[in-house]
Amino acid sequence: MTSLTLSRALNEGLRKALENDPKVLIMGEDVGKLGGVFRVTDGLQKDFGEDRVIDTPLAESGIIGTAIGLALRGYRPVCEIQFDGFVFPAFDQIVSQLAKMAFRSLGNLHLPITVRIPFGGGIGAVEHHSESPEVLFVHTAGLRVVACGDPTDAYAMIQQSVSCDDPVIFFEPKRRYWDKSEVDLAGGLAAAPPLYAARTLTSGDDLTLLCYGPMVRTCAEVATAAREEGQSLEVINLRSLAPLDLETIFASVRKTGHCVVVHEAPVTAGLGAEIAARVSQECFYSLEAPVLRVGGYSTPYPPSRIEEHFLPDLDRVLDAVDRSLQY
Amino acid sequence: MAVKVAGRAASRSRNHDRPDPKPELIQLLTPEGERAEHPDYPLELTADAIKALYRDLVLVRRIDFEAIALQRQGELGIWASLLGQEAAQVGSGRALGPRDMAFPTYREHGVAWCRGLDPAKLLELFRGVSHGGWDPKTHNFHLYTIVIGAQTLHATGYAMGIQRDGAVGEDGEAAIVYFGDGATSQGDVNEAFIWASVNNAPVVFFCQNNQWAISEPLDRQTRIPLYRRAAGFGFPGLRVDGNDVLACLAVTAKAMQAAREGQGPTLIEAYTYRMGAHTTTDDPTRYRLSAELESWKLKDPIERVKQYLIRSGMANEDFFTEVAAEADEIGTRLRTACLEMPDPDPLSMFDNIYVDRNALIAQEREQLASYLSSFAEEGAR
Repeated sequence: MTSLTLSRALNEGLRKALENDPKVLIMGEDVGKLGGVFRVTDGLQKDFGEDRVIDTPLAESGIIGTAIGLALRGYRPVCEIQFDGFVFPAFDQIVSQLAKMAFRSLGNLHLPITVRIPFGGGIGAVEHHSESPEVLFVHTAGLRVVACGDPTDAYAMIQQSVSCDDPVIFFEPKRRYWDKSEVDLAGGLAAAPPLYAARTLTSGDDLTLLCYGPMVRTCAEVATAAREEGQSLEVINLRSLAPLDLETIFASVRKTGHCVVVHEAPVTAGLGAEIAARVSQECFYSLEAPVLRVGGYSTPYPPSRIEEHFLPDLDRVLDAVDRSLQY
Repeated sequence: MAVKVAGRAASRSRNHDRPDPKPELIQLLTPEGERAEHPDYPLELTADAIKALYRDLVLVRRIDFEAIALQRQGELGIWASLLGQEAAQVGSGRALGPRDMAFPTYREHGVAWCRGLDPAKLLELFRGVSHGGWDPKTHNFHLYTIVIGAQTLHATGYAMGIQRDGAVGEDGEAAIVYFGDGATSQGDVNEAFIWASVNNAPVVFFCQNNQWAISEPLDRQTRIPLYRRAAGFGFPGLRVDGNDVLACLAVTAKAMQAAREGQGPTLIEAYTYRMGAHTTTDDPTRYRLSAELESWKLKDPIERVKQYLIRSGMANEDFFTEVAAEADEIGTRLRTACLEMPDPDPLSMFDNIYVDRNALIAQEREQLASYLSSFAEEGAR
């Protein structure tokens, strides 16, 4: 086991992917010599060359559009969108082209492209650098959407995404890039859960707490705090946002009867809304309280001096836990 | 002192008056059917080769005609006619090698023909049977792309793949991408120019300037001739008579060969005219004068080849009768294929969304299947 930051774990995962398959390419702004603004691709251009780790012109639609062309030619590009708020110039290529190519070609074409997007707030950034646009992609048929929450996930999930023949939108919790945990670099991926599977972080009987990305650490801390008050929470890291691992969610809620969903994205029409609807439908007789959501407000992302009031934190999640359990 | 400020319209027209060197138009066959020479584009074709081009032109116009009729009769939802653009498409299409890859818009029926795609496959899209559905790898002809200009990036990325495969050189491959004058305003097209340029990618940008983007004339898209934009991106651009099949063939062949050999991209502006409506839902009488159409009819891409064949004695009346008969036969065949086209199974909408099994898709498929079968049971009672 090696202690790695999430950023480094992604780097090691990408390195493995480049080593294992000569068709894997990395492309994006500043991914080469600089190693990416978060250093996720650090050193890869030096080791794999400029033809495989490509510093692209500064245009996001161009990154995804040319990646599609490369994939049509048999390549397996991993695209970096530098920040969440910069994905929108590429939105057409992702939604209208990348997501639909398999369907419109009746399965004759597949685009095994991974689009990496650092997402979420909490880093004191200027606007367009702290957003959580994941549900826009969850809503788009043909895309798989995943979010890693810790270095262990990051290392395995990036490799699984690269080898997946469907297009994958891969969200990275940017404020957790420097969090460390133990990663098994030697053991391969055999022990890793499949890409579509959620992972139960702590088992509990009183309430199901669902989270992904940057909220994984927050919710782990919530479970620890709640335990001190005698509440037993089951924390599930969703990992895959599309498709959702609904069976794992339903099994947990049937056991606990309480469910709280946490994400940074605004709650309105967010992933929590989808989960609440499905849990209500499938676990109706098990529920002892309505499904509650903790998330961003229905506002644009605020200036960073007040972002702490927008972002769910330990206290806001604990408050929702209490409201659910006292319902 | 009173200062008069020119209005927007006035200042625009002043800009238009600025002296501008007359664009060169590369032409090898005049509208009257006379052969012209160009020092950069020597073209020697046998009589059979010219007759073959004539045949292509006539057949694709006939296919287009039949499709319009099918739409008028309610058999197609819509059709985007290529009328007037046959030479640009056949000339460029016949310049491609089998290993080159073509990326079309939704109007490239003539290129599809040259690539060997069954025209009935095109009708599937416009009838609403599929979103295309042919395998682009079979004929090296990509799916029709409807979002304007998006395919220029796909072609450029594909060309970057050619480079990485080491398939640039004497026996190289190249990509060609089609788009219109309207598309040149799109960000994607400009990004594609940049990517192709800085990567020196083996891709040819083939712009059919048919003068109209639905109702908007060229001056809504550009203040300079489109081919001159290439200079700003750092690669050659040229304007060819898009109604001259010989010139379109010659310039495309040369640009493709340059790309294959590693000399990078070229922008070809095929100067032509959309003789018909934008699509069968459009009414061009609302925005353009019939006099314009009449003047372009005199530059018809097919008539000039016919005149050339007759005058040079390369073809006699029997040949033209044969081609006309073949065209009608193709029209009939296309009509039959269209009318016999089965609707897809409703459950097929759940296919080919993901490679891996998706539980949600499987569940929804099940839901629709049992909903549909509930009607069958009702009918049986």
